[in-house]
Amino acid sequence: MAETKGFFTDTTLCIGCKACEVACKQWNQLPDDGFLFTGMSYDNTVHLGASTWRHVAFIERPVPLTPQHDGAFSWLFSSDVCKHCARAGCLESCPTGAIVRTEYGSVYVQPDVCNGCGYCIVSCPFGVINRREEDGQAWKCTLCYDRLREDMIPACAKACPTESIQFGNLEDLREHAKERVRKLHESGAHNAYLYGATAEDQPGTEGLNAFFLLMDKPEVYNLPPDPCVPTKKVKDSWLAAGATAAAMALVAVGAVLFGGRERV
Amino acid sequence: MNSDFIVIEGSNMAECHPVAFRWVMRARERGATVIHVDPRFTRTSAVANIHVPIRAGSDIAFLGGIVRYILETERYFKDYVVNYTNASAIISKDFKDTEDLDGLFSGWDKKKGSYDLRSWMYEGVDPEAAAGMREGESGKKGEPLQREPIQAEKTDPTLQHPRCVFQILKKHYQRYTPEMVEEVCGIPQHLFLKVAEILCQNSGRDKTGAFVYAVGWTQHSVGVQFIRSAAVIQLLLGNIGRPGGGVMALRGHASIQGSTDIPTLYNLLPGYLPMLRAKHDQDLKTYLHLNTPPSGWWGEFPKYFISLMKAWFGEAASKHNDWCYEYLPTMTGDHSHMNTVVDMADGVVKGYFVMGENPVVGSMNGPLQRKGLRQLDWLVVRDFQLTETADFWRDAPEIQRGEVKTKDIKTEIFFLPAAAHTEKDGSFTNTQRLLQWHHKAVEPPGSARSDLDFVFKLGQRLKKLYWDEFHEPRNWPIRDLTWDYPTQGSLNEPDAEAVLKEINGYTMADRKPVEGFTSLKDDGSTACGCWIYSGCYRDGVNMTARRKPHWEQNWIAREWAWAWPHNRRIIYNRASADLEGKPWSERKKLVWWDENKKEWVGHDTPDCIIERPPWYRPSKHARGKDTLSGIDPFVMQADGKGWIYVATGLADGPLPTHYEPQESIVKNPLYGQQCNPERMEWRRKDNPYHQPYEDPRFPYVLTTYRLTEHHTAGGMSRWLSWLSELQPEMFCEVSPELANERGLKNGGWATIRTIRGEIEARVLVTNRMQSVRIKGRVVHQIGIPYHWSSKGLVRGDAANELTMFVADPNVSIQESKALTGNIEPGRTGKKRRYITSGPFVKKLPAQENRRDLAPARQKPQTKHGHRAAEMKEGNQ
Amino acid sequence: MPKISSLNALAWPLVRQIKNGDVSALDVSTAGSDRTESLEARTKKADRVVGSICPYCAVGCGQLVYIKDEKVIDIEGDPASPLSNGCLCPKGAATFQLVTGTHRMADVLYRPPYATDWEKIPLETAMDMIAQRVKKTRDETWEDKTEKGEPLRRTMGVAHLGGATLDNEENYLIKKLFTSLGIVQVENQARI
Repeated sequence: MAETKGFFTDTTLCIGCKACEVACKQWNQLPDDGFLFTGMSYDNTVHLGASTWRHVAFIERPVPLTPQHDGAFSWLFSSDVCKHCARAGCLESCPTGAIVRTEYGSVYVQPDVCNGCGYCIVSCPFGVINRREEDGQAWKCTLCYDRLREDMIPACAKACPTESIQFGNLEDLREHAKERVRKLHESGAHNAYLYGATAEDQPGTEGLNAFFLLMDKPEVYNLPPDPCVPTKKVKDSWLAAGATAAAMALVAVGAVLFGGRERV
Repeated sequence: MNSDFIVIEGSNMAECHPVAFRWVMRARERGATVIHVDPRFTRTSAVANIHVPIRAGSDIAFLGGIVRYILETERYFKDYVVNYTNASAIISKDFKDTEDLDGLFSGWDKKKGSYDLRSWMYEGVDPEAAAGMREGESGKKGEPLQREPIQAEKTDPTLQHPRCVFQILKKHYQRYTPEMVEEVCGIPQHLFLKVAEILCQNSGRDKTGAFVYAVGWTQHSVGVQFIRSAAVIQLLLGNIGRPGGGVMALRGHASIQGSTDIPTLYNLLPGYLPMLRAKHDQDLKTYLHLNTPPSGWWGEFPKYFISLMKAWFGEAASKHNDWCYEYLPTMTGDHSHMNTVVDMADGVVKGYFVMGENPVVGSMNGPLQRKGLRQLDWLVVRDFQLTETADFWRDAPEIQRGEVKTKDIKTEIFFLPAAAHTEKDGSFTNTQRLLQWHHKAVEPPGSARSDLDFVFKLGQRLKKLYWDEFHEPRNWPIRDLTWDYPTQGSLNEPDAEAVLKEINGYTMADRKPVEGFTSLKDDGSTACGCWIYSGCYRDGVNMTARRKPHWEQNWIAREWAWAWPHNRRIIYNRASADLEGKPWSERKKLVWWDENKKEWVGHDTPDCIIERPPWYRPSKHARGKDTLSGIDPFVMQADGKGWIYVATGLADGPLPTHYEPQESIVKNPLYGQQCNPERMEWRRKDNPYHQPYEDPRFPYVLTTYRLTEHHTAGGMSRWLSWLSELQPEMFCEVSPELANERGLKNGGWATIRTIRGEIEARVLVTNRMQSVRIKGRVVHQIGIPYHWSSKGLVRGDAANELTMFVADPNVSIQESKALTGNIEPGRTGKKRRYITSGPFVKKLPAQENRRDLAPARQKPQTKHGHRAAEMKEGNQ
Repeated sequence: MPKISSLNALAWPLVRQIKNGDVSALDVSTAGSDRTESLEARTKKADRVVGSICPYCAVGCGQLVYIKDEKVIDIEGDPASPLSNGCLCPKGAATFQLVTGTHRMADVLYRPPYATDWEKIPLETAMDMIAQRVKKTRDETWEDKTEKGEPLRRTMGVAHLGGATLDNEENYLIKKLFTSLGIVQVENQARI
């Protein structure tokens, strides 16, 4: 088993260029999400989805960004991505075993196994995973699983011009991120904090393998303040999950045996 | 990355050059102060330490204020200023400043509408401008001048002489006070003072800072002087030729620098050699005489010109026929893009090649561009897909409105698909003068070909077509043109490396590549296609293709590709060392004199004569490059000094002076002279202007710009789904106050209007658009991105339907960053265009039709194309 | 209720997991499909990698072009570049689509005067026609001298406008050929 890998997205270094969005689409050969002018700052892809695995949020605030500006305004950028949660709702709710934990600790949807049931979609507290109209399957960030196999870093992190997206061993990233927050505090940016860096920070997910440095409340970035994977709410969850999985498996096997080959 | 301050002004660097901005972020993280001066709060402002909102087009007032602050507080870098700049030079007694003449310099000729430049000269000498003489467009700058090297005794190193540059500078900027800056630019005084102080604190022996600009500075009727203002500041602060210093131009296209160096520009030959002027350059002797100054590096001029003639005409070029000098055409005026279009509209230009360009969207006054195309006999467009320029006869706004009918357009059009950069070998020159090779990876699809292949084969065909007419002298250039490049591959394409070798230069005798431009001769024994690129193929090695990883070399990375000249990465770097040749400080060390080796050494290739010691002083009889002393870092200038004051070479003044844009909302608060008196205007029915100021019909400032997600006129982005989805529709940006004033709704529609056209756009209401206060009056600015048009995956109206032909007099670049217009809610416009729909805004009573105090310098059509005088202005 | 297509029920990972008593791990080592197990970056299969430079702005970021079966399969940043360290902006990252997209035209099109539509013509024919147009216009609009007898040696009847994504070598041949034809109005995006 390789070391756990992840992303540290430092929003204080983001310039909102969206290179991550395009590099991801290029590598993963994803289709566009439609050409819709939203009127929401420079955000026209709106949120993560089946075909948008990196999404840059643009936040215009009537508040200065300390200690940078003495104006009365700031513009925040943040590149959102699948969090690859330590406790992943999608993975735990997937009845087919399509969603697996890889040797890098990431959460991966196997497209040849996924049957498009959609259980994962409601189980993600971040609204990350989604189903694509065209093929009916669930899709999300793979942490460039194919690239990791060749020691290549994920496409978004590689393209990012300003090192806002950092990829590496989770432990190293956490250390580095703590140091970064300390430095920012020292320079007067007291608002800086880490979102989901550890299980203690975010018990509902037991920590995110893709965590963030933010300058305002999570809601401002369209992130839940206290996310919790649904399966974690069940007492003795592993047993429950096992039982559920077994039951679902039987139903599904039945479906295979009797349902024929057509899709819904 | 090495800077202690970075002022980004006239550029939206984070959005338009995100990867270059990587280094700005590094500098910021290291502690440098990043300052963004811009009418809009952009992605650059968002990550800068300070954003300074400014009224579009008022930059010289702001920068002039900084010059004044530096002088008043005596914060200039004295040793640098006294020794490396022309601050001590004494100027002619005849010189009068704008202070004396209410916004004009001495020498203004009311009748001609232009300056006589003689009174601007150094006292007693007529130095030729180093670059100016070469870039100058023609005519008036070509009068033979008295030629003597600049004499050192005509300076005052104490900087006290009332006519020395330093004192003239002081006087010129005395009224650019913080109060005036506030009044002109709308920048609060405390903010201005903060910026000025940061610049001063972060300059000197131990610190350096950089200015970064882009087309936000060039696209003004006084654009060159915007950039000059930054140069003046940087020379005063000692920030040129040193690590972390400079005035950096961020250019927008992969090889736009290359297109200037190897110019597909009317007034230049490769390597900034001037094209011939009919009036002055009647024979080779005169041409060489006029272009070879007695001092400075340009003393080498004949070697470069004669080597170019050998490269083009080979054995046919000999001493007896003046190296085929008479094979070259001549200029009779300004033949730049906008004049070409006007000539098209007037029927002078019959055939037009457009290669990888989309002027219908990207150039000024779209309706006039299309009017020009309609008058052509034939048009050749080469691109990836059918652009608006290729399809102007099918889906232009005036066709959609039924005002022009396709079946009435006579133009014969050829569309040829172009190969991509992955489908051909070749080099791009980036914004730092770095030549980088891209290799052919695959074959182009179908009939797509490279432009290299197209031009080569067109040349072959023309040689054949003229075969029977080679006896005519006018066809000799075609006959003798060296055009024997080897071909390769299944498509028989010319070998790009063979072309690069010719650009590099070779010896005629054995065809071996020369080492560099110092090997070139004026006796016909060498050929060289572009002297400044000489050395890019030395020893037969394609230096531009070098890709040694950065981790295997120092931060200068001299072995990655190749930079002109001579692989120098930071030019004028002699200025990074003091008078004795020692670095100004350990922290800012770059090159230095090594007494043991008896030569200049350092991290970078020294940009000076390598064995010339710092204490070398030229004798009185020295000529050419021997006149450059050991303390003359600016080797391309006739006197080796950085020019704070430009004695010759600029059309519109030796010192930057604030003028209002062609169309402004205010009267010039500084001078009676409203606009740049030398600006180029095209006063024609098809290019109407607003009043120069306070036009009641057009109360807002319009400014145009680009976005990260698209590329210029959109030819390389609007057809790609991954980019199109990120910015899918034409929009405009307005402040909440303006939205309130005009009833505009976020996400809704607006109609934007100038006298030339009206367009529709979606509305983004945002606090990022900041209104500025000018004399208590709120001035609203409207932002208009410049990417969309009628074709592609995402469409919308084009910004250039609103803009006009008006240009800077030095470089003929248009003014599109500051103009006036109006906006109203909804899709109320009928997308009318003045040219085809007739006037659609009310006329003003004649007495209200204010004009500039002095008439602007017009470029009458008659000066251009020899036949233009006979042509009537087209009316279609 | 969703159904599953074409799966061997017994090879289905969850079934396999249950069989192996590994319900809690949901680990790739046990739940990985054959496809997952053999997953690799497509660049690994490339026949060759070619060094290139981004064609968008003038920063000049390094690019690597991966080719398989004479087709571009990936374009990304070159980490070795001292300018870009492997990074690309959104436009640079979209280069793959720029050079391989369906918008790329492969045919030569011709619009005769007054026509309402394009027609396809062979490249060689178009080249011949263009050369003839150049000659005709040049000959008809040739200017030898001004009225004052100053030398002109040119045509104002033909003009050129080039984009600034043209290679240096291309610009060089354009300038060289057109100047020798006496065409003065050779212009470029660099003016704009």
